[in-house]
Amino acid sequence: MSVQPDATDLAILRLLAEDATRGAAEIGRALGLTQPATWRRIRRLTEAGVIAGRRVVVDEAALGFGVTVFLGIRLAVKGRVSLEDFERAVTAIPEVQVVQHVLGQFDYRLRIHARDIADFERILRRRIMTLPGVGQVEANVMLSEERRPGPL
Amino acid sequence: MPDATDRRILRQLLADPDIANAALAERAGVTPASLWRRLERMRETGVIRATLTRIDWRKLGYEVQVSLRFTLDKTHPRAFDEFIAAARRVPEVTEIQTFLGSVDLRLSVIARDMAHWQQLYRESILTLPHVADSDALMLVSTIKDVQELPL
Repeated sequence: MSVQPDATDLAILRLLAEDATRGAAEIGRALGLTQPATWRRIRRLTEAGVIAGRRVVVDEAALGFGVTVFLGIRLAVKGRVSLEDFERAVTAIPEVQVVQHVLGQFDYRLRIHARDIADFERILRRRIMTLPGVGQVEANVMLSEERRPGPL
Repeated sequence: MPDATDRRILRQLLADPDIANAALAERAGVTPASLWRRLERMRETGVIRATLTRIDWRKLGYEVQVSLRFTLDKTHPRAFDEFIAAARRVPEVTEIQTFLGSVDLRLSVIARDMAHWQQLYRESILTLPHVADSDALMLVSTIKDVQELPL
């Protein structure tokens, strides 16, 4: 089910999208709304699931994870059972943050964190290449990332 | 540099980004005052770069999500800058990444439906500058999406 937000809801989402720690009072002041009115709108957007939660963006390199790699994976054999086996095994790998089933040149796209290139090679050889049904693998090392607010 | 206590806080926070501060302090074994000070310092020093709100675009009527991968014409010295500047002007672009590898750039793009996607693709994507090659991966489902790091 999709909800129909009005212009004020979208303005609230715009402010929250870039900083989830903003409170109802601060957002209300910026938009000329009272704190309770703002709070009610935020609660409604949260209950409707539009506000799905927070994303904490950390300096991964400062925490010892200098390498982020996006992988495209094609399965060598396809069938319902092999998809389930692959998905169960790949989601269990702690270095794998994101797994998406996609249509196109690959069957899955993955986002992986590694301490350095040597660590990535270990993950690739020991964890990824040994996944059930894995075929062609393409790796791209991320250099920069920017998240955009989207059509708000 | 974040110390062992900072890492403990981050491990708990990344595992559950919506956790309330009181619960986070308890799980990380610090007092609320100490937690607040440490979070402030990690924000100031950039260890925590930002706390964003995750928006469920499907709930706003965006049913289509596409991962677009580009290779650029690198003979043009400003290819990356001009491509990225143009991509930022497309509101439906939600992520921009650059890479070292066979792919130069990736965009995450959302659309209301296939008709909207087709229109976006023709009017906003095919018109992006300096593209040598591109391909699209259409999202079927997200199996895993966590923020945790094995800290």
